[in-house]
Amino acid sequence: MGLFSCSTGAWGFRMGNMPRPKLLLLVVLCVLGAEAVDRSNFKTCDQSSFCKRHRNLQPGMSPYRALMDTVQMTPEGLSMKVLNTMNKVELQLHLAAVNVNTARLTIDEINPIRERFRPTDALSKEPTIAEASILAQDDNSVTLGFLQNKAVVTSDPFRIDFLVDDELAISVNSRGLMKFEQYRKRKNNDEPAEGQENEENQEGEKQEGEGEEEKPVEEEDEPGMWEETFKSHHDSKPYGPSSIGLDFSFPGVEHVYGIPEHADSFALKTTTSGEPYRLYNLDVFEYELHNPMALYGSIPVMIAHNAQRTVGLFWMNAAETWIDISSNTAGKTVFGKMLDYVKGGSEMPQTDTHWISESGVIDVFFMLGPRPAEVFSQYTDLTGKPAMPPLFAIAYHQSRWNYNDEEDVKNVDAGFDDNDIPYDVLWLDIEHTDGKRYMTWDKHKFPHPVDMQDKVAAKGRKMVVIVDPHIKRDDNYHIHKDAKDHGYYVKSKDGGDFEGWCWPGSSSYLDFINPTVRSWWASRFELGTFEGSTKNLFIWNDMNEPSVFNGPEVTMHKDAVHYGGWEHRDVHNIFGMYLPKSTYLGLMQRSNNKERPFVLSRAFFSGYQRYGAVWTGDNTAEWGHLQISIPMLLSLSVAGQSFVGADVGGFFKNPDSELLLRWYQAAAYQPFFRAHAHLDTRRREPWLFDKETMNGIREAIRARYALLPYWYTLFYQAATQGMPVMRPLWVEFPQDTSTFATEDEYMIGNALLAHPVTDAGATGVQVHLPGEGEVWYDVDTHKKYNGGATEYVPVTLTKIPVFQRGGTIVPRKERIRRASSLTNRDPYTFTIALDKQGRATGEIFVDDGHSFKYRDNNRFLHKNYLFENNKLISRTLDMNGEFETKSWVERIVIIGLPKAPTTITIDGIRDIMIDKKNLEFRYTPDTQTLVIRKPAVNVAQNWSITLQ
Amino acid sequence: MAETMPCVRGILCNFRSFLYREMFLGLLVLHIVSPFYNTAAVEILRPRGVSLLHKPFYDESKPFTCLDGSATIPFDQVNDDYCDCKDGTDEPGTAACPNMMYYCSNKGFTPKTIPSSRVNDGICDCCDGTDEYSGLILCQDKCREMGAVELEQRKKQAEVINKGFQMRQTLVADGKQTRQDREAKLNALKEEKQVVETKKQKAQAAKEAAEAPEKEAVDKHKQAWDEVKAARELERQKEAGTAAFSELDLDGDGLVKLEEFQTHLEFDDDVDGEVTEDEAKTHLGDVTEVDLDRFLTETWPEIKDLYQGEKDKAKEPPAAEPTKGDPDLAPSEETPPPPPAEEEEEREEEEEEEHDDDEPDIDVDKDEPKTDEDEMPDYDEETKQLISAADQARAEYTEANKKVSDIDAQIRQLEKQLGTDFGAEAEYSSLDGQCFELETKEYKYKLCPFDKCSQSPKHGGSETTLGRWESWAGPEDNKYSAMKYTKGQNCWNGPDRSTEVRMTCGIENKLLSASEPNRCEYVFEFETPAMCSKEVPNNPEFSHEEL
Repeated sequence: MGLFSCSTGAWGFRMGNMPRPKLLLLVVLCVLGAEAVDRSNFKTCDQSSFCKRHRNLQPGMSPYRALMDTVQMTPEGLSMKVLNTMNKVELQLHLAAVNVNTARLTIDEINPIRERFRPTDALSKEPTIAEASILAQDDNSVTLGFLQNKAVVTSDPFRIDFLVDDELAISVNSRGLMKFEQYRKRKNNDEPAEGQENEENQEGEKQEGEGEEEKPVEEEDEPGMWEETFKSHHDSKPYGPSSIGLDFSFPGVEHVYGIPEHADSFALKTTTSGEPYRLYNLDVFEYELHNPMALYGSIPVMIAHNAQRTVGLFWMNAAETWIDISSNTAGKTVFGKMLDYVKGGSEMPQTDTHWISESGVIDVFFMLGPRPAEVFSQYTDLTGKPAMPPLFAIAYHQSRWNYNDEEDVKNVDAGFDDNDIPYDVLWLDIEHTDGKRYMTWDKHKFPHPVDMQDKVAAKGRKMVVIVDPHIKRDDNYHIHKDAKDHGYYVKSKDGGDFEGWCWPGSSSYLDFINPTVRSWWASRFELGTFEGSTKNLFIWNDMNEPSVFNGPEVTMHKDAVHYGGWEHRDVHNIFGMYLPKSTYLGLMQRSNNKERPFVLSRAFFSGYQRYGAVWTGDNTAEWGHLQISIPMLLSLSVAGQSFVGADVGGFFKNPDSELLLRWYQAAAYQPFFRAHAHLDTRRREPWLFDKETMNGIREAIRARYALLPYWYTLFYQAATQGMPVMRPLWVEFPQDTSTFATEDEYMIGNALLAHPVTDAGATGVQVHLPGEGEVWYDVDTHKKYNGGATEYVPVTLTKIPVFQRGGTIVPRKERIRRASSLTNRDPYTFTIALDKQGRATGEIFVDDGHSFKYRDNNRFLHKNYLFENNKLISRTLDMNGEFETKSWVERIVIIGLPKAPTTITIDGIRDIMIDKKNLEFRYTPDTQTLVIRKPAVNVAQNWSITLQ
Repeated sequence: MAETMPCVRGILCNFRSFLYREMFLGLLVLHIVSPFYNTAAVEILRPRGVSLLHKPFYDESKPFTCLDGSATIPFDQVNDDYCDCKDGTDEPGTAACPNMMYYCSNKGFTPKTIPSSRVNDGICDCCDGTDEYSGLILCQDKCREMGAVELEQRKKQAEVINKGFQMRQTLVADGKQTRQDREAKLNALKEEKQVVETKKQKAQAAKEAAEAPEKEAVDKHKQAWDEVKAARELERQKEAGTAAFSELDLDGDGLVKLEEFQTHLEFDDDVDGEVTEDEAKTHLGDVTEVDLDRFLTETWPEIKDLYQGEKDKAKEPPAAEPTKGDPDLAPSEETPPPPPAEEEEEREEEEEEEHDDDEPDIDVDKDEPKTDEDEMPDYDEETKQLISAADQARAEYTEANKKVSDIDAQIRQLEKQLGTDFGAEAEYSSLDGQCFELETKEYKYKLCPFDKCSQSPKHGGSETTLGRWESWAGPEDNKYSAMKYTKGQNCWNGPDRSTEVRMTCGIENKLLSASEPNRCEYVFEFETPAMCSKEVPNNPEFSHEEL
């Protein structure tokens, strides 16, 4: 939910009921900017002086040299110094193997005059140093070996090359764009920094062919180094320039992905002719599609993939970051002996990237794969596996800014039941509060919040309320009082509490960098402290970029000061994550660490996946926004953030019934499934539309509910292995080059391929079904398709093109209840789609759906199902798990079975005692589908079913 | 089948046996018992979840055929917790089939049909508790208890409805009476209009007859006065011309010459500071000199507006001062001083009505201060009498005309009222012209039926129109249950405000609530006896299909 805003300095209130006389004033101010994003509110690289300085560097003129006589091998890895031959500043380099197939490179100042910020809270724990050894060393290089990987550090020109199985995978500084602005004293404070023109990269030019004995060449100050003004906002930059930049090349790679969040294509574009991709958490009003502007969250992770290999890069830096991407051929940056490691010769394609951050240290993790699943595992070994959401959180959520009062809540809740549409969570946006004082209730509209929640919960449902990080400056508001009295707010550069405008008017911002603030915040969620809350109430954290309506780029001033003396510029991109992190801790503590929290956040950073879900912010009810939801969610998914969704229907404006229906159909097959809408939009609960639309929406939501056991199992795989739930096709088909730029379809787990209809008036879609020699089945009709081909699939308004891959088994609960929690005892249907060998496998994870008992007490089932040689066997996959359930096996559907069996028998396996018996079945030759009636065994059991 | 059920950790076995026994043997025992009639209990056995209406389809002695004919199955597969029929009819008592309905008879209360997906989900949906039999939750039979409460409520409701109905009868009668009255009045007015129209025409003829001689006499009088005025003016000009002549005739030779003209800068046409001979000649009349006679007849009339004598020169600058002869600048004789504000409206109306009167301007000089000699002498007695007669005729005409207008206005009003749809039986008629208010935390809402809806902030601020009467907007079968008010104040970047007024039966006219479910689309709830269109039994009962 977003900013009602138009120009810098203008700010908006969310208005309550009409009429809105006060609005008129704003209206006049905002008329011009009301249409879409006002780009002039946000910086270009040219307007961000450090970005401009780095971007103007010319390749091939690096002043840096690794000093071979400083090489040391320590238990912490390889260390050496790197000299800037221009200004003679020495830097400390560390290169270590960590965890598995992962390397960490850090470059920092030696004895700096100011310490640099490291956003280590992105990491779930300090990475384990892995075994590595120096394999070779000569005058100009040293080679570090770890597992099947090598890292070759070359002294002059300084570069590092990572080899996987002796093939060149990543080159560092191969274009010589490294630039490390050490902290320095300002030369002459009397002279204004402005106006000291200086030739870009002068240092590099002068340095050519010169020896080390040259005197240090002092860098000239450039405009913007010591202070900078954007629009009306001044950045005092008391510590001067501090930026860092480094280039990374991926030989043999044409496709790179990740670095969310941008409203752009999934396969990242080259930025040569435009702006670089920008990572700077911002509240962008009515964001535009297909451009590299920064949005609400930042994950500085890039995945590079080709048919041979997948690798990843994690640039652990929380400052404003810009990333340039360009295409190249490998020969131009590979030299000497490295050339031997490049397969395919010098004409091989290559992707070059250039990373630029305003402050912090160079701290980069290289995830060397080499398979996609391994890269995801390596990244989440560093930053943590995604939280295992409670079951309700992956069901359907109904939200709106705003459900007006208790009566409205009651009616919407009843509306779902009256129309037999399941839903799990009802959301309340900011209007539920007493004057935008979070964790309070509007006494007139919500006089009985506990009773209201109890009534919703009586049907197994939950509620979510919004809690934002800007705190109304009102001494009668206990949160503000406490925060002010204890000094819990971020400070302005002048030392007082930072103040900015947000929904409540004048607000201050809690300084979550301070661990004391985080634990204090967490304690606010105790049921006795958060008045009107119940255990069925969960939390939505919004506006945590942070959004400051009257701040530069609608966020906080970079010279604002945080706990520990850090400038806001140092912490900006990780700052937003601390709010949901603290909220998550609060919800944990609320239940004595027994219940799994649910938190939704708009801002995020690497590691946020440990806490909750994100959504793509304030989108618009347009087909383009529905289309972009897929690449945006895929970009997040490959960057470790599995639990992602986009507002169904579009936040701004009114969707027509077709768009709304198509959006429901798409989102029913995306991880986080929530409908949400702006205050000014028409009501859009499904039953307010025509019957066909409503029925279509109902069917889409019911399809989601039926598949919840499958989704839940995928979330468990994410939580344990880091595998994204929603996957680009190439994750499952890494060698199918035709899928590398695909962004109109995707895999859900390894079994289902979804190709949502995202065009108005569509009567069919072109579906690419990957994999030579594979087979696919339409989940509705069981129609069979061969893999490795693109098929035209006709669609009606109610058709959602979803295909099950031959060789997989998908669990469903086909009894659709009012809410997911009511299905605990319900039976399963397993759909077995056979591959060409008549084989299929799948798994299921079952627990109580809400607690940590699966983790702390091994209260879970993790089962494997294997069908081969006409026999289906249920086995326990994880012997540690034990869970009692009433759920049984209702039905088994086998698709792709060429002929009907004569008899089917079920039997126990090994020591499991069940009575052997024959099962009834029905075979449909047209679709080669066999339905086995009622095996009626408990899902916890191990058994076998034999077809004869 | 229950014997072959697998046992897992001992629990499932028991549970499943229980479940199956329930499903196979648990035929409903229904008591046709109404708490209000002491009839004997009768048991009707049928599979769980089946309504009495559908009972004939479930014959346990025969295989069961799905109601859609999609399959025939052994009867023991009915309610066996597995869906065999496409239409779900084999599982009325379990949650096995999608889109199937479960029937609970709720004895003591009203029967209910719920989606069968609500069977055994741990929530008691039927007051008799029959939807939950798996042991997950124990549902008490609350039907009698609820029935009693419900009946009490319905009784109260019935009282309201019936009282409202009585009131509505009055409203209907009143409405009809009002309509009849209005129709009668309309007819009477139409007749009366004819009468007064005739009177008006007569008065008009009388007025015209009286005005003709009046006009003649007045014109004559004025003409005579105009002649007098013209003669006086001529004399004045002669005096002025003579004076000017002697001023101009500097050398006193009885002739005004060019060079004497050249001394007067007002004849400097091109304003170059010098009066040339040509310029002087132009004004003198194309001659080089004139004597007094010629000056008075030919030169003076041409230059009199231009000429500046000694007198004029004394008050500089002359151009800024409006001259008496300037018709544009002279105060209009027809503009009376502004009347006091209160009278304004009234006056406008009068002016409006008198618009087409061709009354002569007899009181033209009323407010103009005049010297005696400029004032027109009084009319002679004869003329005065004529004017007086015409005045009276005019007054009579004005009065007749006003009567016609008044009647027209009344007819328009009545026709509008008679054209408004006050409900099927004119039951809403009495609401016309009334307004109802509701105060909420922030706003005061107002409903003026058949006129408009509005909202004003309680703590100051102007009223916002939320819509003007448009039409009835209830569903086809209940058109008079909702009103639509549209074209209210426009919302920025949005639609015009509009309001739907939903009516419910009540014993008073009362605005119950106001809300804005969509931006700028309001919903009012209004209670009125006019909605109480049906009488209900004062002692309501539950109707069961079994009965």
